[in-house]
Amino acid sequence: MTLAIEHVLVTSAAMLTVGMIGLLVRRNAIIMFMAVELVLNAANLNLIGFSRFLPDPIGQVFVVFVIVIAAAEVAVGLAIVLALYRNRDTVMVDEASTMKW
Amino acid sequence: MEFVVFAIFAALAVLAAAGVVVARNPVYCAVALLVSLLSVAALFLVLWAEFIAVVQIMVYAGGVMVLFLFVIMLVDLEQRGFDLGAGRIGPRPSAFERGLWAVAALAFGALVLSLMVRSLDLPLPGADRAATMLQGPYAADGRGLGNTEWIGMLLYTDWLVPFELASVLLLVAIIGAVVLARRDQADAPAGKGAA
Repeated sequence: MTLAIEHVLVTSAAMLTVGMIGLLVRRNAIIMFMAVELVLNAANLNLIGFSRFLPDPIGQVFVVFVIVIAAAEVAVGLAIVLALYRNRDTVMVDEASTMKW
Repeated sequence: MEFVVFAIFAALAVLAAAGVVVARNPVYCAVALLVSLLSVAALFLVLWAEFIAVVQIMVYAGGVMVLFLFVIMLVDLEQRGFDLGAGRIGPRPSAFERGLWAVAALAFGALVLSLMVRSLDLPLPGADRAATMLQGPYAADGRGLGNTEWIGMLLYTDWLVPFELASVLLLVAIIGAVVLARRDQADAPAGKGAA
């Protein structure tokens, strides 16, 4: 069996689904950020897959940008989690549902 | 052979991703995430993206994972019990509600997959251009894709402005993270963070 784009798409969709489930069912903000990483990685896998089978290297350039944005998002997001923990003593998102105390 | 390697690491990536979602201890979640991201790096290697695979390992294993583990250790989760448990303000979501969320997520995944499979029938705009690229000077290894030279060429010519903007974004993110995570000087000695 040879590798085809469909295999990449199925893997990517499975990772994206697992990431979405994580975003929806977990309430620990740190783990929700991990789920966001899974979703972004599923998107990266898709871009790399199409870059391989088109073939066109531009997909890999886009993955570089996605990785940069994911890194920036995680840095700011985890800083927000730290600030939330300092102010509210919790990292559970449903206990921090009001913007102002 | 290519397919076998891909299948092994694809299964590992998805299973480890499931581990991120179901593990109760956040440190286990972080380790499962690391396994998943490294498996994705292996998939990138199979898909001719050597440079991206190395970047993936350096950024995620080297940077993002350290950040996650630092925050997990700074935030004291033990005192409240782990996830899904004690100390909630609102009512606990019922099993039905959780099941509903899982079904919604699965339906979302099915929708995305069907859209992607549908898009395979559409004409692919980049194909002609890629064919000419493959005959260029960077096709030395017979396939012309996946090498650092190609990405560098594109990044510093066609995509120079987005590339520079990405560096500005990273600078803004660093400053923002420092400002957000920094404790105010005034209440630092009496801050409850030390408790």
